[in-house]
Amino acid sequence: MRFIDPHIHMASRTTDDYERMKAAGIVAVIEPAFWMGQPRTNVGSFIDYLSSIVGWERFRASQFGIRHYCTIGLNSKEANNEALAEAVIDILPRYLSKEGVVAVGEIGYDDQTALEDKYYRAQLQLAREFEMLVMVHTPHRDKKAGTVRSMDVALEMGMAPGRVVIDHNNEETVRDVLDRGFWAAFTLYPHTKMGNERMVEIVRQYGSERIFIDSSADWGVSDPLAVPKTARLMLERGIAAKDVEATCYGNALAAYGQSGQMLESHWLADDNVDQRTLFEGNSVLRGQTPRVGAVPEGEQAVGALAFK
Amino acid sequence: MTPEQVLQQWLDRRLDPAAGAWLRECAAGLAEGGSERELYRAVSLVARKLGKAPLALDGEALALAEQARPGWDPSRWSVDQAARVLLLLAAARDGDVFARRLEQLCVTADVDELVAFYRGLPLYPDPPRHRLRAAEGLRSNMSVVFEAVAHHNPYPAEQLPEEAWNQMVLKALFVGSALDPIVGLDRRANPTLARMLGDYAHERWAASRPVSPELWRCIGPFASGRLLADLGRVLETGTAPERAAGVLALRSCPDPEARRLLDRHPGWRDAVAAQGVDWKSAPQFH
Repeated sequence: MRFIDPHIHMASRTTDDYERMKAAGIVAVIEPAFWMGQPRTNVGSFIDYLSSIVGWERFRASQFGIRHYCTIGLNSKEANNEALAEAVIDILPRYLSKEGVVAVGEIGYDDQTALEDKYYRAQLQLAREFEMLVMVHTPHRDKKAGTVRSMDVALEMGMAPGRVVIDHNNEETVRDVLDRGFWAAFTLYPHTKMGNERMVEIVRQYGSERIFIDSSADWGVSDPLAVPKTARLMLERGIAAKDVEATCYGNALAAYGQSGQMLESHWLADDNVDQRTLFEGNSVLRGQTPRVGAVPEGEQAVGALAFK
Repeated sequence: MTPEQVLQQWLDRRLDPAAGAWLRECAAGLAEGGSERELYRAVSLVARKLGKAPLALDGEALALAEQARPGWDPSRWSVDQAARVLLLLAAARDGDVFARRLEQLCVTADVDELVAFYRGLPLYPDPPRHRLRAAEGLRSNMSVVFEAVAHHNPYPAEQLPEEAWNQMVLKALFVGSALDPIVGLDRRANPTLARMLGDYAHERWAASRPVSPELWRCIGPFASGRLLADLGRVLETGTAPERAAGVLALRSCPDPEARRLLDRHPGWRDAVAAQGVDWKSAPQFH
């Protein structure tokens, strides 16, 4: 079984992670632009960050045989610095059409302030102008109301629900999201978001239509193998293989594939045109050749089980 | 024809009518003083609008390129690269404006864009002005970006000062890039580079790591003393490709000692001559 992790912040992860992900069957990742932990103080920091997720990180992933896509946007936390936010909105158009950019995101609400609302709307407007999909980050606090509001505003701004992914769902939000025709993504993140066992029960209850999972692994305690591990648990708990395949691979591809930037042929066909620039097995230029090497026993077991 | 006209002609032939019209409209708008936002947008949309197929130029087209800009080698260019360079050229003829816009575009470029911008270096107005930009490309850790400057590109040999040139050749070896595609490799060889490469070979030997046979190409013409001794060592103990490279290097060396060294290894000397081995084929010699 192949996996896609449609929300993971690889810029915060190590080469060990890339090797383990590859070994566990992850073929593609989507890296949403987000908050780096340390607040940025000027637009130059954003320029370098966004350049790195369309450039260096994409290249780095390719060295490990993983296809890397990204979303471009101003995250909700930093939308609260108005002078900075204005400058960032001005430079976003320079990134939205870059190679491998599948959506505007992750955008939405954090504290649900007026400024967050202003820049969420401004970016939905950009998505309309550039004919792009949107990845919505739903808030940790006041989650249910914030999720409903995110969808209301997206519709108000003229987005079709089928072109919007609502991320970080839980048991309380999933029904609304599915009923209104949006994609429902679930984040398997220790402590603050979904746990694997809960995820199994959601798929058991709601099936696999328009539902998919991600790790949102970043600089916090998080697990870049959350998708394959959860797939394994689903299989062990009797979820049908087709539902596991849909929630851990197919649906994310169907959702973000609408961008035209993310195609299954990118990782299935060895002779893809992008080989020209990215996939010739060239070394990351440090004098060593990265490749998928020995993987710890435990991790191999994850992959082996998931592949059955 | 100017390179810009040549690019336009090739793209007209390669693109379907809708894509061709989009490109022509963008280029015309930019030529008539389009805004920077329009330039950035058009350049980044190129891959989505036109695709990334190879330009697939034939001999006639390559001859046209040589006429338009001596030394220009677009044989490996793709549609998106040609279109991006065309848009750049259409947008600004003035050296100042061109350089500022190129700089801005590079700041927010993705990998494919960087490759296109660096491959276009030989076509830009006011060539010396882009030396720092070329050096920046050579500093990249992305092999494809490095090679967009270093390989099949006449710009480095024409414009880079010796220090930057030497660093480029050394870095190519360091990162496992071939030397043969570097334009002007033999013409720009120099004693300092030969010394640096000799030191690098010793570093590799000390670490029991392989040494690229191509390294000896830039050493041969300046080999004497210690460097000749190194070539002697290659002929004594090297792999077959290394020994072939050693023979080629010694043949290019004016020092009389080089001939004596060759004569001490008549088997290798004659096999290399009999098989017509050159620098391109030496790495495959066996």
